[in-house]
Amino acid sequence: MDFQTRSVSVIFLDLTGIIAFDAVREWEAARRLRCGIPGNGLEWELRSRGKKNQGLPENREKGLWVMKHIAIGILGAATFGFMASAASATTLDTVKAKGFVQCGVSTGLAGFSAPDDKGDWQGIDADFCRAVAAAVFGDGTKVKFTPLSAKERFTALQSGEVDILSRNTTWTINRDTALGLNFVGTTYYDGQGFMINAKKLPGVNSALQLSGAAVCVQSGTTTELNLADYFKANKMEYNPVVFEKLEEVNAAYDAGRCDVYTTDQSGLYGIRLTLGSPADHVVLPEIISKEPLGPAVRQGDDQWYHIVKWTYFALLDAEELGITKANVDEMKNSPSPEIKRVLGQEADTKIGTDLGVSNDWVVNIVKAVGNYGEMFDHNVGSGSPLKIARGINALWTKGGLQYAPPIR
Amino acid sequence: MSWVRTEMALAQPAPGSVRGPLAWVRKNLVGSVGDTILTILGIIIVAWVLPQVISWAFINAQWTGPDRTVCATVAQGGIQPDGWSGACWAFVNAKFGQFMFGTYPVEERWRPILVAILFVALLVPMLMPRVPRKGLNAILLFLALPIVSFVLLVGGMFGLPHVETSRWGGLLITLSLSFVGIAVSLPLGTVLALGRRSKMPIVKMLCVIFIEAVRGIPLITVLFFVSVMLPLFLPAGVSFDKYLRALIGVSLFAAAYMAEVVRGGLQAIPKGQYEGADSLGLGYWQKMGLIVLPQALKLVIPGIVNTFIGMFKDTSLVLIISMFDLLGIVKQNFSDANWATAQTAKSGLVFAAFVFWLFCFGMSRYSMYTERRLDTGHKR
Repeated sequence: MDFQTRSVSVIFLDLTGIIAFDAVREWEAARRLRCGIPGNGLEWELRSRGKKNQGLPENREKGLWVMKHIAIGILGAATFGFMASAASATTLDTVKAKGFVQCGVSTGLAGFSAPDDKGDWQGIDADFCRAVAAAVFGDGTKVKFTPLSAKERFTALQSGEVDILSRNTTWTINRDTALGLNFVGTTYYDGQGFMINAKKLPGVNSALQLSGAAVCVQSGTTTELNLADYFKANKMEYNPVVFEKLEEVNAAYDAGRCDVYTTDQSGLYGIRLTLGSPADHVVLPEIISKEPLGPAVRQGDDQWYHIVKWTYFALLDAEELGITKANVDEMKNSPSPEIKRVLGQEADTKIGTDLGVSNDWVVNIVKAVGNYGEMFDHNVGSGSPLKIARGINALWTKGGLQYAPPIR
Repeated sequence: MSWVRTEMALAQPAPGSVRGPLAWVRKNLVGSVGDTILTILGIIIVAWVLPQVISWAFINAQWTGPDRTVCATVAQGGIQPDGWSGACWAFVNAKFGQFMFGTYPVEERWRPILVAILFVALLVPMLMPRVPRKGLNAILLFLALPIVSFVLLVGGMFGLPHVETSRWGGLLITLSLSFVGIAVSLPLGTVLALGRRSKMPIVKMLCVIFIEAVRGIPLITVLFFVSVMLPLFLPAGVSFDKYLRALIGVSLFAAAYMAEVVRGGLQAIPKGQYEGADSLGLGYWQKMGLIVLPQALKLVIPGIVNTFIGMFKDTSLVLIISMFDLLGIVKQNFSDANWATAQTAKSGLVFAAFVFWLFCFGMSRYSMYTERRLDTGHKR
């Protein structure tokens, strides 16, 4: 589920670029004019403007000149500031200098990033940031969370307000290219699913049997469009019951105004907990859209990108090798050369330092949040109230999609 | 023999038919056929709703508990019998610190508590007309308290650890935004109103432009603009504090509305008052300060308090820039899977509504009291 605001952000970025470009051009032309250097033709414009003012009193002209310079100065400062942010010190250096990782999370999504009783952020997305902090500092607590709304999230990453955007964000080509993000991987394979009221629709066990049903859906989301596509493609009729706010959709579904609820499958499990009689509601197996959710970083800083990406891979590799929070210290002395290599126990290893972190980075990650499987179980799986099955988020060795390149 | 009474008749109590509870009932509840029907309807509605509300909010309510199981029925994965419905005050209880202070570090929470104590200690004597030394009190409340609060809440000096405003939340945000908004908007709004009625063209134009521009833009737009667009224009590392941006935005907004309320009061003062002041030889500020404004402000107390109450509730809009005021943080905590039950959202929202009502009702009652106290000219 995603709000359709992407195109707006793109236009806005373009505008920034155009303003910046114009400001630089004008500033350069003005400088050339003063120094008497022939240039790109724009100085003729400025000079002819100067000629028009010749008849006016001198102080008027001076005033114009001053005003123009102030305007150029402000725009120029903004422009160079913007450029400098991209070209200045690497993200790793800034993160190390300030002593913590600034992590953009959601404003509250059960199992992904939600505050606990003490106000600490919990969930897969929050734990992923702790893992990165553990890799960089050896301490999973050196992370600060910034809750971001769906509209703010990309600006916050682009402007450097956060170092990682770990906010149940769907990986799409548009975001990878036009928005200037780099997605590091898929920490959770999500997709749009259906939940039905089994009392009202007895015997339904597939979404293909839903013809004629009343479907509750949130308006203005890709969810709504996917729903229309799916029913059209399968030549089924449906009766959409559309609401602006998620709370309204929940209330309507609970009150029985519709038979089917559709949103991202991970969300359906969270919503089911808040219903009057959760046992009557069944999440159907069909997934009708691809929503690969993963953390993203800014483009143009490969080192930071690699650190975040390999933190994700390290979590997966640790699970594959059976390294857990409980046994990580014993595993350091494991006879297996692969485990020793991953945990940085090989003689003269440079795996960690080449990445820009310490050689025992994987040990630190696993100590902070456990391996991927532990993270999943604790936050959304059997160890949490959500009880989401691993499904396609299982390791490739267990029939899922989670696959990491080797650490060697 | 005389037919004229020589002594006064003793005063008699009113007859039983016009006094006592029975007469009150007869007059107010069953005075006419229409009244009687309304009374019966009212009793039916109260009898129908009230037991349910009381049983939900008090009798069946769960006050303490470690997680969602205490607020969920067996079918929902909890411990309550099926068909149970009661408020989940345990959720409010567990999250109470967050609702008050946001994610302000637990070991530093004595700081906002101390600020709250100081605030109440200075505000209460300020509001009681009988307590002397109003001047000193006002200086402490409006000049000293903001500085002390800033030092205490933000920290970073005198050995207090720094707490970023991004960790503030809950009632702390709601109250600090509205207190600053109220303290800034009334004087600023008065100045703007005077400026709008000024005979100096530039002053007048500036005031009109400010008021009309601000009233022409929704608060959400301004908050959204400063939070999403501004960071792109600033170099990395240079950023205005988000809380500061909201503070300025809310204060200027309230000031523009306040200016129009005060202008309404100024227009209600008869021309004779201005001319009388002029004929006494008073200067502009003396005329306004001694003659016009005291009368004008007294007239518009309901309007001023209306703006205050509106602003107090508008602070919830800072949610749009991911700052969590009381309502925002209550809603944010609905996403905690450990507390996700059918009762959580209802209980949290009822709690938030109660706190908002407490403050708004308090402001409203105090304004009525002030109105009565100052209403020396038109007492009815």
